[in-house]
Amino acid sequence: MSIVENAPAPPIIDEEEAARARRAKINRIAKWTLPSLVMALSLLAWHLYVTINEIPHYVLPGPLLVAKSVIEDWGLLWPAMLTTTRLTVLALLFAILGGVALAVAFTQSKWAEMSFFPYAVILQVTPVVAIAPLLQIYVESAFVAALLCAWIVAFFPILSNTTIGLKSADHNLEDLFTIYGATRWQRLRLLAAPSALPFFLGGLKIAGGLALIGAVVAEFVIGRAGTGLGLASTLLEASYRFNFGRLYAALILISGMGIVIFAITSIISHLMLRKWHESALKRD
Amino acid sequence: MTPIRERAPLLTMSHIEKTFSGDVVALRDMNLTVNEGDFMSLLGPSGCGKSTALRLISGLMHPTRGKIEWAGGQGSDDLGVVFQEPTLMPWATVAQNVWLPFRLKGISYNEVRDDILEALKLVGLEKFQNSYPRELSGGMKMRVSIARAMVTKPRLILMDEPFAALDEITRFKLNNDLLELKAAIGCTVIFVTHSVFESVFLSDRIIVMAARPGRVIHELEVDTPYPRHEDFRTSTEYAAHTRAASAALGEAIGEAA
Repeated sequence: MSIVENAPAPPIIDEEEAARARRAKINRIAKWTLPSLVMALSLLAWHLYVTINEIPHYVLPGPLLVAKSVIEDWGLLWPAMLTTTRLTVLALLFAILGGVALAVAFTQSKWAEMSFFPYAVILQVTPVVAIAPLLQIYVESAFVAALLCAWIVAFFPILSNTTIGLKSADHNLEDLFTIYGATRWQRLRLLAAPSALPFFLGGLKIAGGLALIGAVVAEFVIGRAGTGLGLASTLLEASYRFNFGRLYAALILISGMGIVIFAITSIISHLMLRKWHESALKRD
Repeated sequence: MTPIRERAPLLTMSHIEKTFSGDVVALRDMNLTVNEGDFMSLLGPSGCGKSTALRLISGLMHPTRGKIEWAGGQGSDDLGVVFQEPTLMPWATVAQNVWLPFRLKGISYNEVRDDILEALKLVGLEKFQNSYPRELSGGMKMRVSIARAMVTKPRLILMDEPFAALDEITRFKLNNDLLELKAAIGCTVIFVTHSVFESVFLSDRIIVMAARPGRVIHELEVDTPYPRHEDFRTSTEYAAHTRAASAALGEAIGEAA
């Protein structure tokens, strides 16, 4: 029977192969050095632009002033960042729980989907900025109100992707499960859930970014009342005080958080799919 | 091997009719007795109802009229199925895929480890038990699918054009292997195909079907004894059977046109 055997021949590398290996190596290095170089040059250009033109710091602070603000205001920025992080992570967790639970309910019961899907869409298409002031009125805790806002924004991509994923199982496999008398639970656990995993993880990547955006928007709207929530509230307050060094510092920390969230969700996705899914395959 | 007429009946289809959306007749008055040990091919053009017949036998569909009876009643592991696609779970290893029929009955992997390895050995893939389907070629995936169908030692294996998407070299190889496997586990096979050559090489009974409406028009017997080897493909006997099957199929196509 056909079994592939590894021939113990010595590797022969012709010129074309060697050139390809060289290109691959250069690409690997360039992937990190080029963006770093762009970053360094931009910072330098920013610094020179500010110093040469003597731009006042309340119009545009230089990179050095921003760095100084990060260090000097750390005592203020760090707790704010913790609050925003907590807001974002909790919103994302609840979005995963709610989104997945609802997606499972939708795929298990046509009636549930028909009854509730339109409302999930309404929740999604209503701008969260418009809902936030209402929540602020009805919900006493500013943190909980902000959490609700961030959750509303983050949960839809999880719900919609997971719902599609749960329905995307191979039809022949569905038939096979029927022939072998699979129970509803077995079908969900062994067939629908693994089929949905790549879709869910795609939704998770989007939802991670959206949870942060939701948290920031919520802090802008709800934190305005002097409740002093997280980084976005700090940013807003700094702008009122023309403290542009702190404003930029907060901004950089927020985008840093976005990058970290994206990196984490990407790594999770890669780890869970690398063995079998097309999206995680290496090609040359 | 027991001659066809002396074999015990396994499954009887009597006056089966299947109609879709009220007016499309997929099958009309199909009467067929499948015997223990048959290698039966359903041969016919597209739309002749051969796949519908398989779906009816597998219980995925129910006949509009008529009934299907299993000798001694149908047990839960009487059936193995191989589709046109390998239909493997991409997230599971080869061994886990073969485990599926057991797993769905609540049997743990360790209890049936030996059966799984034996099935994989029969299809020549025991070294690939921990591979994922994407690491295998099309022919190897189909072998896994076959191993999964026979791992429970079912009384009947249904195969719906399983080799249609493979290249000819792989297809011939799998034809030979399939015959060996069938001899090894001694099950009954119903094999849907639209290839005259494949049906003659593999089966001892060929049911020729015509389309619009789907129905049985001929039954042929290929009395060449098993084991059949590669040299059967070039024998005069093979040529004679192929000619007869081609003529029957020609009639099926002619009637439909």
